[in-house]
Amino acid sequence: MAAETKTGTFVDEICTIPGGESIKLCIQCGTCTASCPNANKMDHTPSELIAMARAGMKKEVLSSNAMWYCLSCYMCTVRCPRGIHQTSLMHAFESLSIKEGLVHTKTVTPTMYRLFNHFCNLGVLPELWFMTRFYLATNPLRAWRMIPTAFALLKHGRLSIRSRKLSPSGSSQLKAILKKSESLGGGI
Amino acid sequence: MKYYTYFPGCSCSSEGGARAYDWSTRAVSKVLDFELKELYDWNCCGSTPSGSVDELGAFCLATRDLALAEKAGLDMVTPCSACYVIFNRTNEYLKQYPRLKEQVDESLAAGELKYNGTVRVRHTLDIIINDIGYEAIKEKVKKPLEGLKIAPYYGCQVVRPGFGFDHPEDPQSLEKLIASIGGEATRFSLKTRCCGGSLIISEEDIALDLTHKLLESASSNGADCIVTVCPLCQTNLDAYQSHVNKKFKTDYRLPVFFFTQLMGLAFGIPENELGIKKGIVSAKKVLAKYV
Ligand code: SF4
Ligand code: SF4
Ligand code: SF4
Ligand code: SF4
Repeated sequence: MAAETKTGTFVDEICTIPGGESIKLCIQCGTCTASCPNANKMDHTPSELIAMARAGMKKEVLSSNAMWYCLSCYMCTVRCPRGIHQTSLMHAFESLSIKEGLVHTKTVTPTMYRLFNHFCNLGVLPELWFMTRFYLATNPLRAWRMIPTAFALLKHGRLSIRSRKLSPSGSSQLKAILKKSESLGGGI
Repeated sequence: MKYYTYFPGCSCSSEGGARAYDWSTRAVSKVLDFELKELYDWNCCGSTPSGSVDELGAFCLATRDLALAEKAGLDMVTPCSACYVIFNRTNEYLKQYPRLKEQVDESLAAGELKYNGTVRVRHTLDIIINDIGYEAIKEKVKKPLEGLKIAPYYGCQVVRPGFGFDHPEDPQSLEKLIASIGGEATRFSLKTRCCGGSLIISEEDIALDLTHKLLESASSNGADCIVTVCPLCQTNLDAYQSHVNKKFKTDYRLPVFFFTQLMGLAFGIPENELGIKKGIVSAKKVLAKYV
């Protein structure tokens, strides 16, 4: 049956991601949803997402806004009676959603994460440039509104214009590692 | 003397927004007789966002640091709860998922590195309460923080998903630590609820709701200030407190400290060495009796 193959493939795909294989154990008790500080902001709750994924609703799951509201607070994970790593599932949905080009259009969190990743791959996160680039990329108006906060941080010596740099050999080592990982299926 | 490899993470690096945490940690280490040797040429651990975007790449970022640390053969200590989770999860996953390990190994080999999985990664709070201990801390107190009401905020990742040193929902180490420096820990039922994390940047309204609840809970229990163990939590509660006040028409003025800053004050270390003035919410009034 076509639907069954479809179900099989999406769940299988999730199972290949580290932490994803636990999805099969869910008993739909709803504990994760009840524990989630952001469940009321999500278009589908954490336990719903699992049920949908298991029903093969790949497109609906991956275009949901739910995982982008996940805080990685791990409350669901420590409370799940079946030992399911719900937080890891959320991360898995995020990376699959980017891979499949199904990212929810109304959330800017993916942009922030991608930009963050861009800086991490350079080795260090320069907070000031990260925030500036993010606000300019998503909502220039907020860049204006953030100026007082940024100013307060600067005044207290908490934002640097300079950023920490890796040594030249460390930085080419890191590049070589990431290049290899990309050839093995990592990267974006 | 105890020795550790030290991973400050971006926020606590010399260029980071939480350098007060770094300063105070180092100042306290001198008093308590342990040495933190900064990992040479470390890179950003990747944190949660990278894992969501590029999982293999994120594991490679973290593993490079672990491989560098392995050469020294010491426990690696980090003051950042996010780094703490990332490194521990990386260790766990490399053991659990052979295919992932293979790919990470192959990537690291391209940089002539190898990681054997032997580095134990610990949070600064863990080594201070377990390796040093409350009794040793008590002995060093010169100016007990008598009468200071402190809300103990753990946040999420120092206790969850849980790498072993305290309870995931009702931890007690900060309360005991506060008692050992003479302060008074207030009740704080939301002490392990999330502060909003990095969503403060992309979804400020949602994160402010969470931060608001924390400030409300701390202040209704009579706290004079909040103590944190993570640079991101500190930033959310401190630098965004004025945003909360504006949005919810409140008037919170709760200084937010790193636990190492309060320890330093109790040990009689001058406040400028602890970066007390780096706080956005002024601590002047609250600390008038103690500095
Ligand atoms: S708590 Fe665990 S078992 Fe219960 S619904 Fe959530 S994931 Fe499924
Ligand atoms: S980790 Fe994510 S899904 Fe789980 S409870 Fe926290 S916010 Fe909700
Ligand atoms: S978790 Fe944050 S502070 Fe820690 S290294 Fe990664 S980005 Fe930097
Ligand atoms: S948000 Fe605050 S409490 Fe929640 S994971 Fe992080 S930094 Fe931790």
